[in-house]
Amino acid sequence: MKRLALGLGVAAIAGAGLAFVLTAPRPVAAERLEAIAATGGDAAAGETMFWAGGCASCHAAPGAEGDAKLVLSGGVKLKSDFGTFIAPNISPDPQAGIGEWSISDFANAMLAGVSPDGSHYYPAFPYGSYTRMTDGDIADLFAFMKTLPESKVASLPHEIGFPFNIRRSLGGWKLLFFTDQPRVQLASDDPQIKRGQYLVEGPGHCGECHTPRNPIGGFVSNAWLSGAQNPEGEGVIPNLTPGGKSISSWSTSDIAYYLESGFTPDFDSVGGSMVDVQKNMAKLKSDDRDAIAAYLKALPERPNGWE
Amino acid sequence: MKFRTLFAAALIGAAAFAPAIAADEPQVVRQEMMKKVGGATGAMAKMVKGEVDYDAAAALAALTTISEVAATFGDYFPEGSETGMDSEAAPAIWTDMDGFKAKLAAFKADADAGVAAAPADLDGLKAVFGPLTKNCGSCHETYRLKKS
Repeated sequence: MKRLALGLGVAAIAGAGLAFVLTAPRPVAAERLEAIAATGGDAAAGETMFWAGGCASCHAAPGAEGDAKLVLSGGVKLKSDFGTFIAPNISPDPQAGIGEWSISDFANAMLAGVSPDGSHYYPAFPYGSYTRMTDGDIADLFAFMKTLPESKVASLPHEIGFPFNIRRSLGGWKLLFFTDQPRVQLASDDPQIKRGQYLVEGPGHCGECHTPRNPIGGFVSNAWLSGAQNPEGEGVIPNLTPGGKSISSWSTSDIAYYLESGFTPDFDSVGGSMVDVQKNMAKLKSDDRDAIAAYLKALPERPNGWE
Repeated sequence: MKFRTLFAAALIGAAAFAPAIAADEPQVVRQEMMKKVGGATGAMAKMVKGEVDYDAAAALAALTTISEVAATFGDYFPEGSETGMDSEAAPAIWTDMDGFKAKLAAFKADADAGVAAAPADLDGLKAVFGPLTKNCGSCHETYRLKKS
């Protein structure tokens, strides 16, 4: 009996130790960080990634329009089943924002979801998508963000209850769901479709809303972009695959025109949180909107059961 | 035999009445109104995109249609019409009726400005089409909810 208790005790300690090791935040490998720093970064090129990534949709002040979108003072609230996340100030202000960050700090945030002080970020910040971004695009985006106005607005703490307020537990979430692998295997090697895949699965982070999630916030497998309940409340997020009712009848040029203008083929308009996303998409080069459309048309058909 | 006749009569009666009743529902009226706006917008967008030649009369007709819809659209959101008939009206319309009406007023003002301008050429249409259609997304962002 004593031996059993001792055995259980040892197992518990070993288990706790293993969990501690497994949930540790893991930054980007040193060699890659060096390679990213070495690319230098082109601010003009980074603007494309800024709009593709939708940074301003969460990090500009709530309701900001026009040039105010370039002031990343934070404050937008993202409601979820786990609580309310409040986007922080990521302007170049040295105190209130990320002005003191190195390119490696930025790369660790974007590609590994790890903060400069070595803790996990909540995946409300969509690093689960951004992790697919190239070294060059990370460096370019960082260079562009350095050119933006500084804001002194203080970041607010997230409104998250127990147990989700324990950041270490996100290590478990990452173990289960965090991957830099493609979300779908496509038969085609068409460079346009590949570009679309990169934009949608990487910076564009479309799947964060358009893919259903399980109760602990991971994507349901084999349901990529098949639509979901609106995480912010009532209503639904449309199915983007050719197997759904939402846009399966649209041509590639219909999809590209929607992203450019906000009009559906029937001249209904974009609505809900997609209004802001569409404004971002309108700032991309037309080749990139065409690539996104080509990728969506190449997706496997996935009905979602509620359409 | 009698039963069959009654049944047939009931069917005919239902067929005659059901559409009439449904068409009067505010949910249906406002959906049809939005379809009119979509049609008018599409007619102008085809000109703006260069898919069809500019037609001043057709452009003015489209702008007039939109202005007319905008004038009365807000009358079709009475209490009790929040849901049903595949309505995609967001609850925010009723919790923030003033905000909704303000969006509608801005929409009507831009449509009226378009009618008053009566654009004579494509550049004239482009000058009113852009500001006018910004209202679509601006309102649908908050007051329209996709349910399917």
